[in-house]
Amino acid sequence: MTAPLAAINDFVVKFANVNGSGSASANSMFAKAVLRMGVPVAVRNIFPSNIQGLPTWFEVRVTGEGHLGRRGGVDMMVAMNPQTWDRDVAEIEPGGYLFYDSTKPMPPSKFRPDINVIGVPLTAICNAAYTVARERQLFKNIIYVGALAALLGIEIEVIEQLLAEQFEGRERLIKANYDALHMGRDWVKDNMAPLGLQVRRADAVGDRIFIEGNQAAGLGAVYGGATVCAWYPITPSTSLAEAFTSYCQELRVDPESGKANFAIVQAEDEIASIGMVIGAGWNGARAFTATSGPGVSLMTEFIGLSYFAEIPAVIFDVQRGGPSTGMPTRTQQADLIGAAYASHGDTKHPMLLPMDPGECFTFAAQAFDLADRLQTTVFVMLDLDMGMNEWLTEPFKWDDSRRMDRGKVMTHDELEAGRDFGRYLDVDGDGIPYRTYPGVHPTRGGYFTRGTSRNPYARYSEEGSVYVDNVQRLLRKFETAKSFVPAPELRPASAPTREGVIYYGSTGPAMHEALGLFERQGRRLDALRIRAFPFSSEVDDFLASHDRIFVVEQNRDAQLRTLLMAENGGDPDRLVPILHFDGTPITARFIVSSISSLMDATQPPGSRPLREAAE
Amino acid sequence: MTYIAKPKLHHPALTPNALGYLRRDYEGSVSTLCAGCGHDSISAAIIQAAYELDLPPHRVAKLSGIGCSSKTPDYFLGNSHGFNTVHGRMPSVLTGANLANHELIYLGVSGDGDSASIGLGQFAHAIRRGVNMTYIVENNGVYGLTKGQFSATSDRGSKSKKGVVNHDAAIDMVSLALQLGATFVARSFSGDKAQLVPLIKAAIRHPGPAFIDTLSPCVQFNNHAGSSKSYDYVREHNEAVNRLDVIADRKPIEVDYEPGTTISVTQHDGSVLSLHKLAEHYDATDRIAAMAYLAERQAEGEIVTGLLYVNPDPGDLHGALGTTGRPLNSLSDAELVPGQAALDRINAGLR
Repeated sequence: MTAPLAAINDFVVKFANVNGSGSASANSMFAKAVLRMGVPVAVRNIFPSNIQGLPTWFEVRVTGEGHLGRRGGVDMMVAMNPQTWDRDVAEIEPGGYLFYDSTKPMPPSKFRPDINVIGVPLTAICNAAYTVARERQLFKNIIYVGALAALLGIEIEVIEQLLAEQFEGRERLIKANYDALHMGRDWVKDNMAPLGLQVRRADAVGDRIFIEGNQAAGLGAVYGGATVCAWYPITPSTSLAEAFTSYCQELRVDPESGKANFAIVQAEDEIASIGMVIGAGWNGARAFTATSGPGVSLMTEFIGLSYFAEIPAVIFDVQRGGPSTGMPTRTQQADLIGAAYASHGDTKHPMLLPMDPGECFTFAAQAFDLADRLQTTVFVMLDLDMGMNEWLTEPFKWDDSRRMDRGKVMTHDELEAGRDFGRYLDVDGDGIPYRTYPGVHPTRGGYFTRGTSRNPYARYSEEGSVYVDNVQRLLRKFETAKSFVPAPELRPASAPTREGVIYYGSTGPAMHEALGLFERQGRRLDALRIRAFPFSSEVDDFLASHDRIFVVEQNRDAQLRTLLMAENGGDPDRLVPILHFDGTPITARFIVSSISSLMDATQPPGSRPLREAAE
Repeated sequence: MTYIAKPKLHHPALTPNALGYLRRDYEGSVSTLCAGCGHDSISAAIIQAAYELDLPPHRVAKLSGIGCSSKTPDYFLGNSHGFNTVHGRMPSVLTGANLANHELIYLGVSGDGDSASIGLGQFAHAIRRGVNMTYIVENNGVYGLTKGQFSATSDRGSKSKKGVVNHDAAIDMVSLALQLGATFVARSFSGDKAQLVPLIKAAIRHPGPAFIDTLSPCVQFNNHAGSSKSYDYVREHNEAVNRLDVIADRKPIEVDYEPGTTISVTQHDGSVLSLHKLAEHYDATDRIAAMAYLAERQAEGEIVTGLLYVNPDPGDLHGALGTTGRPLNSLSDAELVPGQAALDRINAGLR
């Protein structure tokens, strides 16, 4: 018998449930209770593309040290789904715990000798207390939360407070939930001792907030001044448009007239969504759509128009597992190349690569300034992991003196004064021309927008030299973009080194945890977190000053690495791909084991690609 | 050769409209379409309508898709912003533009290839959403730019220039528009300016989704015997149900018809549509009856033209969304960005 696991504020509990059983709110209450005790958590909702009946999991990493990535491994399994019992039991770490509903006896073959089995007769307790089927189902979830609280040392008053907040004003419901909570707790207190895994009150959360990236990005779009949102439902982006809608209803309705300072249209498809965004952007409103990879595929023709006709647009791509329909409810960073070069012909589009909900908020707001400044489509690349999971993040901040940057817009008065207007004329040498809003002046500033080649004064031309001048100017504009997009973030190793890692997006938290582990192992790696495309000069410097760089990302084909090679001359022999793409969020354990074995086996520069799925 | 601007030759007898603009001020670049193309007549009708309505020439946004018809916005209203979008997707771009600034007049110009095939979905959804626009389809039943393939509005049994007989059923955009909830539906003929100009004027003054299907023969590829979209065929089978006069701002009615044959419809903005009935019993405010009449006459091989349906008091998308009375593209930081105080409240709710 393996010794039972013992840990304080450092363990992983995984809930295995049936989709649609009402477990989600009970599980997130469990997580929030730990947070309210001042102990950070990292949660991952692993759900099917289904409304009812298929398996769903919810992973709670209790992490006193504040590691927000997924750890990997399960210390305690709350096995509430008979369909997935065998694999759930198999996943438990040796010495870990299996919590299950012991109402119906299970044969010994269904357990493992090296784990600790905690049987609580949830159904029996429930059936004794409730007669209505739906009540039995919902309260069973609360009963197990009560039982787990007693087993893991979670303060019952904290959960009671959360229930009171959730059902504020509905006293009967609060009372009923309290009762269920205590049923589970009391049964454990009467029959069992607390486990080796314990939550202990701490002060490690601070004033941080707990929010999904999609919700943060929706709020960021409000602060970015977006007025038009056209979208089409697609997992995992839907909740971004829905968050924008509800924040607009809260923050953007004129108190006097009751009228909306926004327009949101659920379009007939992704093509119409981006069409509306481009129409609104052309007409001087800040507009966006939220979608995922399949939607971006549909939008590519319009994205090319936005690039070539130079019309501001913002696209939030909440990436999921691809290609095709792929894994709709799993996470990946596999749309990078598709977004960077979306559409036919020579095109390139700026991308912002947020790491967490905090950056989802700030980058969302910034994307609208960039789109106006650069007069083109700007992508904000979220993914399912950060988009649809609540993450602990610093509270949102806003500088009240900040104003929208509408970019180069020629006004009525400037036109009236006789200022020369050429829609595609590079007057400042930065590749960015002036535009006018439609209807600005009776006789000046009007022009014809088209996706065909045209001269600097917007007149149709298929002349070779005119075309070349124009597309070269677009390259100058892309060069200019480098100084506007968020710079990468450098985390130097504790001692000088010629080895490094490059990473981005939701890999961040797992990478930061891994960097701490590398330091403890005595491995020195400089780390560069890329936050935008095109890559700025800091990226060139990093490439030049390291002999071997591990490029860590969550896709099969090393897409960021490809971009580094294609756009910044990165040496393929020195850029070593570390790839995790099974649809689950990357873990520090995976990063450490992948990079360590390569560092042990080979000397830089290494060129052997590591094409290996996760875990 | 659309970069060639028209010479600014002013005839001394030209008269300015109420805003002081000449008809010339509503023109655009020189057309690059074939001599005799129906589309050029429609452009001329749009110019005439805008001039007669005293529109500020820069307050129109003209949008189109791809194809011969979609090139035409370059050939009229040269002081307006125009947008030649992508194939079949003009309706969504127009919808977005309209959301950004409801104060401009939105003119969507498209063809049967652009709107009845690749763009049928966007056409349908822009109509059913109630976007305030004038949507003109220049319908010639053929793909002109790619030299003579059938379009989705070609009638079954009609013959191409090469002698191929079309075996697919035709899409009737007027019936579709009626079914989808357009609140102004008309059909006209590029060769009948007297009918077309008032229809365009009325559509522009209509505060909702207005659709005009305009038969516009293609002189190069669809003007032969055996075609049901040729000048000769349309003239022979044209059955106008009414004659329309648009009386903007309550000017006196100038046309005098027999008593009892004229009805007046007052639109939301005060403009009066004076409809002279040509078909007995035809009621242009009865949508269901209009649909039935169209189906009946179509079965007889007739092409019904005129103002087929109007709802004088329609809603539009902005009304449905409850948007502010000011253009969204003009709202300031103070109106759009809630600031740190609101963020503090939001932060507090997320712990």
